[in-house]
Amino acid sequence: MKKSAAKTLIVLIILFWTGLAGGVRRLPPPQFETDYQIPTATEPPPRMSVWDPADVAVLFGALLLSSWLTLKKRSRRWIVGLMIFSLAYFGFWRKGCICPIGAVGNVSLSLFDPSYALPAAATAFFLLPLLAGLFFGRAFCGAVCPLGAIQDLVVLHPLMVPGWMETALRLGAWLYLALSVLYAATGSGLLICRYDPFIAFFRLSPNSLLWLLGLLFLAVGVFIGRPYCRFVCPYGLLLRQAGRLSRRHVTITPDECIHCRLCEDVCPFGAIDKPTAHWPAEIFARDRRRMIFLFVLLPVLVAVGGWIGYRVHPALAQGNPTVALARQVQEMESGRMTELTDPIKAFHTTGTSVGALYAQRDQVLQKFAVGGTLVGAFVALIAAGKLIAVSIHRVRTDYQANRAGCLSCGRCFAYCPRQRIADKPESAGNRGSEKESAV
Amino acid sequence: MSDQNVPLSRRQILRDGLWTASLTACGAAGAALAALSRRDSYVWQINPHKCIGCDRCATHCVLSESAVKCVHAYSMCGYCDLCTGYFDPDPKSLDTGAENQLCPTGAIRRRFIEEPYFEFTIDEKLCIGCAKCVVGCSAFGNGSLFLQIRHDRCLNCNECAIARVCPSQAFVRVPSRQPYLMKDQI
Repeated sequence: MKKSAAKTLIVLIILFWTGLAGGVRRLPPPQFETDYQIPTATEPPPRMSVWDPADVAVLFGALLLSSWLTLKKRSRRWIVGLMIFSLAYFGFWRKGCICPIGAVGNVSLSLFDPSYALPAAATAFFLLPLLAGLFFGRAFCGAVCPLGAIQDLVVLHPLMVPGWMETALRLGAWLYLALSVLYAATGSGLLICRYDPFIAFFRLSPNSLLWLLGLLFLAVGVFIGRPYCRFVCPYGLLLRQAGRLSRRHVTITPDECIHCRLCEDVCPFGAIDKPTAHWPAEIFARDRRRMIFLFVLLPVLVAVGGWIGYRVHPALAQGNPTVALARQVQEMESGRMTELTDPIKAFHTTGTSVGALYAQRDQVLQKFAVGGTLVGAFVALIAAGKLIAVSIHRVRTDYQANRAGCLSCGRCFAYCPRQRIADKPESAGNRGSEKESAV
Repeated sequence: MSDQNVPLSRRQILRDGLWTASLTACGAAGAALAALSRRDSYVWQINPHKCIGCDRCATHCVLSESAVKCVHAYSMCGYCDLCTGYFDPDPKSLDTGAENQLCPTGAIRRRFIEEPYFEFTIDEKLCIGCAKCVVGCSAFGNGSLFLQIRHDRCLNCNECAIARVCPSQAFVRVPSRQPYLMKDQI
């Protein structure tokens, strides 16, 4: 009985609906006779915005503290302490958002999309570590970055990566940076945040692929120190340049280098530069010839890079939702695809014409054509710069922390005998209690 | 430092120049971005008019229990006895038994108001954001049930994992002053 009543009602409803010809309200608003008040849905406020100023303050404080610990206090133990705090606060407590690495995407997006205004917190997160870098080196990487911290804690059996390989692998990071900017600028998404390898840990997220990615980085990180920081991190590349120019910088020794070679291979990140041999004079003449050749080659490389970038731009553009949708619609129209997918269903409900969609796609493709060319040319330019850099013979007399590569982790301090003397002048040479610093 | 009177090398001059330029660039970028940026940040929200009620919100959120929940715009509701967002389209019998309900978790509460009106309320603790009721309600009813990101739960990821897979591109960034796009208000 009841079932048939229900069906009748549904039929009535359908009739009513068709009668309204697709109007928004198919059923009339009820006329209550009792004093029933129509409630409104609750709107719980965003809980995150409360934290924004606190986050910036904590970042600022942590940067200053990290700088002080690496430059003045010179204590690996305290640096590890700050590292764990940062991992707990920025990582697990604040769930890894917002971070300066991801802010690269927000900054690019805000530069190219006028409808997106950069939140003040994102601006601060993007600029503060760079400013700290200009004054104190990569203090951010050392003890503030949660991604760095989680990797730093698993460096157990570091293997040395040859310098040339490190330089070559870093080209991948430059490509990643360029692509991230391209994707953000074309409104196709924030790649850095999408593939943040440790976000699944921080959020205890159910995404198993991201867990795998994170575990992979940690597993590799046991043998190759901080692989994400050295070979992937796009923001690290910016900090490298800031570190090169920094006013103050981490030194291995508190006062003078005595060439004892004790620190030679303690840096798991290969950031300790050894003193160079006495180059014979003719080597500089050879360098000069090579450099002239490379400078001539540079435009060729850039042109080739730009050409490759242009060639692959249609493939790159597939990551853009509009382009992906247009492709599906096109396949549908041409009859190659018969199954009605959700995006096509959704597209039909918007009432946009297919032509308008294709026009939008062509606009996006145009952006990708320009952007892809620029990305290719940029990466080629960086590659050429690297070739030029490795062809120059530098002169160094002491063991030094590489200004760009040093992550300010403070591992090398305890290995310097001068540090021991500075710590305890009276009993220098017969102490072995700093084992924990050697981890 | 200065008492030693070290002659400036070419590299040092270059470095100092670049440093000053970088610092100026940082300052300028900071000023420009600060001028562009707003104090209140952006949060993600679903445009209910674009949403087609696929069930990706239930499965793709970084939280294991999605931050997206069903919300009821009471002012749009018809208060029907035979709510198509509440009952299974082919019920075994027309009572409020779990097997006759559309909601897999029984998150929709039904309360008698007066003949013939019933009020439907979402129990957000139980709602998983699967949008079954949303589809049912908008198929035959007024469409007063719709999905919204609940900001007491949302972590506001920089890139929303659901937005990326949303087939209707219904996820938009909205200012945190007005974090909801209520269907009866837009």
